[in-house]
Amino acid sequence: MNTAVLRTEVRLFRREPGALFWILLFPTLLLVILGSIPSFRHHDPDLGGLRTIDVYVPVAVLLGLIVGGLQSMPQTLTGYRERGILRRMSTTPVRPTALLVAQMTVYGGAALASGLLALAVGRVGFAVRLPEQPAGYLLALVLAVLAALALGAVVSALSRTTKMAGAIGSAVFFPAMFCAGVWAPVQTMPHLLARIVGYTPFGAAAEALNRAAAGHWPGWTHLGVLVIWTLLLTAAASRWFRWE
Amino acid sequence: MSVIEVSELRKSYGGRAVVDGVSFAVEEGEIFGVLGPNGAGKTTTVECVEGLRVPDAGRVRVTGLDPVADHARVARVLGAQLQESELQPKLTVREALELYSTFYDRPLDWRPLAERLGLTQKLTTRFGKLSGGQKQRLFIALALVGNPRIVVLDELTTGLDPRARRDTWELIEDVRANGVAVLLVTHFMEEAQRLCDRIAVIDKGRVAALDTPAGLIRRSAGGTVISFTPSAPLDAHELNTLPALASVEDRAGRLTLSGTDETVNAVITLLARRHVTAHQLRVVDATLDDAFLDLTKTDTVTDTKTDTITDTQEATA
Ligand SMILES: Nc1ncnc2c1ncn2[C@@H]1O[C@H](COP(=O)(O)OP(=O)(O)O)[C@@H](O)[C@H]1O
Ligand SMILES: [Mg+2]
Repeated sequence: MNTAVLRTEVRLFRREPGALFWILLFPTLLLVILGSIPSFRHHDPDLGGLRTIDVYVPVAVLLGLIVGGLQSMPQTLTGYRERGILRRMSTTPVRPTALLVAQMTVYGGAALASGLLALAVGRVGFAVRLPEQPAGYLLALVLAVLAALALGAVVSALSRTTKMAGAIGSAVFFPAMFCAGVWAPVQTMPHLLARIVGYTPFGAAAEALNRAAAGHWPGWTHLGVLVIWTLLLTAAASRWFRWE
Repeated sequence: MSVIEVSELRKSYGGRAVVDGVSFAVEEGEIFGVLGPNGAGKTTTVECVEGLRVPDAGRVRVTGLDPVADHARVARVLGAQLQESELQPKLTVREALELYSTFYDRPLDWRPLAERLGLTQKLTTRFGKLSGGQKQRLFIALALVGNPRIVVLDELTTGLDPRARRDTWELIEDVRANGVAVLLVTHFMEEAQRLCDRIAVIDKGRVAALDTPAGLIRRSAGGTVISFTPSAPLDAHELNTLPALASVEDRAGRLTLSGTDETVNAVITLLARRHVTAHQLRVVDATLDDAFLDLTKTDTVTDTKTDTITDTQEATA
């Protein structure tokens, strides 16, 4: 890890108002909008006595890392390759890997911050209880971030141009949001669908977060699914990623 | 010891040999030019030296190290300005200079460097807002900021205005004066002539000639060109037997001869002997331009010089 490169990338990230909004604020904003609908604050027997706002907090937590990992990071990385920025760095003693690692750290960090903001606003604004199994919750969240970054790296590896990265990113973005439960939280999905979704990275992440929020250990199956996805995607990205 | 050694370098793209057996060596404190038409394989050659491309065959050594296998060590002593590259669009000039300084163990102070390259007014400007020439100057600064022993500059002054070009030349001369070896790719003859100690002319992936600028001019046919309009016609046979003559051409009464200083003297003697006055007499040295065109001329273009000689001979016969 090259700290000078990381500091530079953090600084550049702060100059991207679009990324700042969509990654850091949008998920929480969505939570606030949903929370201001009165019926979403009533306990619902279909949700096991939880309120809609309760089940949307984990969704909001996942949303930031989906936007950052699948939309923003692949476009930035692909742009760095397309513009020869990675190549220019290859001529210095610092390898272009440093830029890749810095990018992942920036977007991973932003996704975590976005998740924590959603949790805090849920707690303060809508009395959503904080995760009752915090260690399990954090573990599930970190694994979800890693899976999102690995998936983003694959998108970037497959895209020759920034435009392509945008297109592929969007193609993966909507299924990922669906699996995370943006349209219908996993608890409300039909049983079979929920099972299938549970094998996708963000479906597994949503299930793991829900369990940890309710005070249970997130479940080795869900965590295992996340780990396997991360390993597979990382292997694919490192196989296909091109520096120029 | 040579700081850069390239021998029998080969690189093909899609089955076409783009660099086809290039060899040269660059010595410490030397400015070595690589000159050649577009697509000759100059960038491919120097990017093999930088370790950015992997040769298909041949040997490349930078301070005795393989730039691909020993990339990290080579990168510490070699500064590069690439023909094409960019930086993050929202990175400012100052941030770029500061960042790249941290990559090296003993970097130069970037402030005087920025000053000499006329970037001081632009330190807070983002890369994306710089003009082409300003970007170019920033990349020259980044190539030098690591205090390298060797700099490779690909199209050093392309996109610079004449003033900035001259300032850059002075900077490169100062860099060399500190013992740095410079490998310079260019297509400006004036730049090559002014800066380079030696030049490799590359054409179609091969070294067409390797010499000092003066040597290249001397070895190309017709180093000196003399032209005048004689007050009376001169005997064609006498013209054609002038010593060291490379070509003679008669265009509507105006004669143009090329050869050496010896030819010039003989022409003057001939004119005096025949009592012929030479109107608008001009004697010019052939330039590196002429030498370059001579060395890289394509096979399809016929050699006008030889043609005109034959014409004149036929006219006399
Ligand atoms: N990465 C590449 N892939 C395919 N062809 C290439 C590549 N790099 C260079 N070439 C080809 O090799 C030839 C020489 O290119 P280059 O070394 O850039 O020439 P120069 O710098 O002398 O203008 C050109 O015809 C160019 O199209
Ligand atoms: Mg070139």
